[in-house]
Amino acid sequence: MEFIYYFENVFQPMSFLLLLVGTIGGLILGATPGLSPTMAVALLIPFTFHLEAAQGLILLGAAYTSTVAGGAVSAILLKIPGAPANIATTLDGHTMAKKGKGARALQLSFLASAVGGVFGVLLLIFLTPVLAKWALAFGPSHLFWLAIIGVTIIGSLDSASVVKGLLSGCIGLWLATIGFDDIMGAQRFIFHPALGGGINIIAALIGLFAIPQVLSMFAEGRKDANVEVIEVEKSSLANAIRELFSHTRALSIGTVTGSVIGLIPGVGGQIAGLVAYDQSRKFSPEREKFGTGHSEGVIAAESANNAMVGPSLVPLLTLSIPGSPTAAVLLGGLLIHGIFPGTDLFDNHPDVAWTFINSMLIGQILMCMFGLYIAGLAARVAQVPKSIMAAIVLGLAVFGSYSVQSSMGDVYVMATLGIMMYFLERFGFSAAPLVLGLILGPIAEANFIQGSMIANATDGMGAYFLGGNMNIFLIAIVVASIGYSVGMELRERTRNSTAGEAS
Amino acid sequence: MNLNRVQHSVSSGVVALIGLWVCWVSFTQQPSEAFLFPRMISTVFVLLALWTFAKAVLGWSKVGTGIYAKHFTNMLPGLLIALIYVFWAAKGLGFYTSTSMAFFILLSLYDPASHTEIRTWVKRLIITAVFMVVMYGLFAKLLKVYTPREIFF
Repeated sequence: MEFIYYFENVFQPMSFLLLLVGTIGGLILGATPGLSPTMAVALLIPFTFHLEAAQGLILLGAAYTSTVAGGAVSAILLKIPGAPANIATTLDGHTMAKKGKGARALQLSFLASAVGGVFGVLLLIFLTPVLAKWALAFGPSHLFWLAIIGVTIIGSLDSASVVKGLLSGCIGLWLATIGFDDIMGAQRFIFHPALGGGINIIAALIGLFAIPQVLSMFAEGRKDANVEVIEVEKSSLANAIRELFSHTRALSIGTVTGSVIGLIPGVGGQIAGLVAYDQSRKFSPEREKFGTGHSEGVIAAESANNAMVGPSLVPLLTLSIPGSPTAAVLLGGLLIHGIFPGTDLFDNHPDVAWTFINSMLIGQILMCMFGLYIAGLAARVAQVPKSIMAAIVLGLAVFGSYSVQSSMGDVYVMATLGIMMYFLERFGFSAAPLVLGLILGPIAEANFIQGSMIANATDGMGAYFLGGNMNIFLIAIVVASIGYSVGMELRERTRNSTAGEAS
Repeated sequence: MNLNRVQHSVSSGVVALIGLWVCWVSFTQQPSEAFLFPRMISTVFVLLALWTFAKAVLGWSKVGTGIYAKHFTNMLPGLLIALIYVFWAAKGLGFYTSTSMAFFILLSLYDPASHTEIRTWVKRLIITAVFMVVMYGLFAKLLKVYTPREIFF
C-alpha cells in the first residue's frame, strides 16, 4: 500500500495543473483524426525535459490516457476513429449518434472508459511491485534477452510483415550504436558531425512519429475536412450512469478483456476494443442489436481500450519492455531523466513511480469529468483542416527537437529519420519496432558486454547466454512470438489466396 | 516488372545496401571490442534485408502500398518547403522568422479554401500570427529556449 503515501504529490499545484493540461489537451488531440496518441505523447516529450521527472511523467501519462478516450468523440460524432483503439466504438457509437443519442453515447463512452481505466490502473498498482521484485533476480544475460524480447515482440506482432517488423527493429538497434562507444571510446558510424553525440532519443521519437503524419497529410493534397458533425443534444448524466450499470456484463467483459490484453506486450488498444466488442456480442442475449446503435457495444469497446492503458505499462515499469508504441515513448520520457524502469525505479525513485501511477488514477476521473463537457468542442477541433494540422505539427517538431539540447543537429536527425520513416512505411516497415530498437539498443548492448565479460571469466558465451532456465524461457518467448506471427501471416495469405480463387 | 514491384525492389535494395555497409564497417573497423554488438546486429540486419530484397525482386512483397504518383506530386511541394525550412532557413533566417514563413506557405499551399478571396488570405495570416505568438510564449518565455539569431531582429 506504499502508493497511498504519494497521493498528495499529485495534488501539488504544478503537478495538478500539468495533469489538467495533459487531460484536456489529450482529449482534444485524441479527438483529432490523423493525430495518433503516440505522436501526441512524442510531441510532449520535449516539454517534460524542462520539468521534474514525476511532473513530466504526469503530463505524458495524462495525455496517453485521455487521447485514447478522446478518440471516441470523433468515432461517435464523425464516424472517424481518433485512434485505432476506437475503431470498435464507431460500430455502435456513430449509429447511436445518428439516432439522436450522441450525448448518451458520449456519456457511456467516457463513463465506461473511466471504469475500465481505473480497473486497469489498479492492476498496474498491485502488479508492478511484485514483478519488479521478481526482476531483481535478473542478471545481464536475462536483461539482454528482455531487451531483445521488447524488439521482437513489437516487431513481429505489431507489424503487417514479420520480416519487415524485425528488420525495422534491427535498423533501430543499429541506429542506437551510432556515436561514441561507452567502454572503448571508439567512434562508430559517425558519418556526419551531427551524429557525434549519437542519436538523441527525443529527436528520433518526434521525427519517427510526427513527420510521417505531416507528409501523409501533404500527400492528401488540398482536401477539405468535409465531415459532418452530429450535434450533441442534452442528456441526463444520472440516467447514463444507470444505463451503464444496467449493462454490467458488457462493462465487465470490456474491462477484463482490455486489462488482460494490455498485459501482453505488442497487442494494442485496437485489438482490445475489437475483442471486447466481439465477446460482448457473443455473450449478450440481445446480440442482434449490436451494430444498430446498441449501448453495450460502446460500453464494451471503450471500457476495454482504456482498461488496457494501465496494464500496458506493467511490462514497461518492471522489465523495461514497452507494451505499445506509446509506452515506448513513455520509456523515452523516463530515460531522459536518467531513470531506468524495474528495481531502479521502485527502489531509488519511488516518489516518481508512485506519483506517476497515482496521477493516472486521478487522471481517469478527470478524463471522465472533462470528457463529458468538452466533447462538443473536441468534435469541432476535429474539423480543423489538415493543412493547419500539418503546419502546426511540423513547427512543433522543429522547436521541440531543438529545445532539448539547443542543437541544430537534433533537428536534422529528427527530419532525416522522419522523412526516411515516411517512405519506409509506404513499403510495410513500421516505426514502433524501430523506436523500440533505438531505445532498448543501449540496454541490450550494455548487458551484452557485461554478460560477455562474465561469460569469458566463467563458462563461456554459449553457456552463459543460452543456458539456465530463465534464459531458455526468455528465448522461448522470442521464438514463440516470431513463430506465432509467421503462422498468422501464412494463414492470412492462404485465406486471401483462397478468397481470390473463389472470386 | 510492374511499378509496385520496382518500387518495392528499390526501397528494399536501399535498405539492403545500408545493411551491407553497416556489416562491412562493423567487421572492418577497430577496436574490434567496440564493434562486438554492432557485428551481431548487422549480421541479422543484412540477412533480413537480403531476404526482403529477394522477395521484392521476385514480386512476393505483399505488404505496403508503395507510393502513388498523385500522392507524391501532392506531397512534393510540402516536402521541399519542409526541407528548405529545416535544413537552411531555421538556422539562416532564425527560428521564428522561418517558422512563420514556412507555416504561412504550407497553410496557403494545402488549404482547400479559396485562393482568390482576400478574406481567406487574412484568415491565414491571423492563424499564422496566433500560432507564432503561442510558439514564442511557449518556447521563448516559458521554456526559455535560446534559438539561433533572427535575421530581422
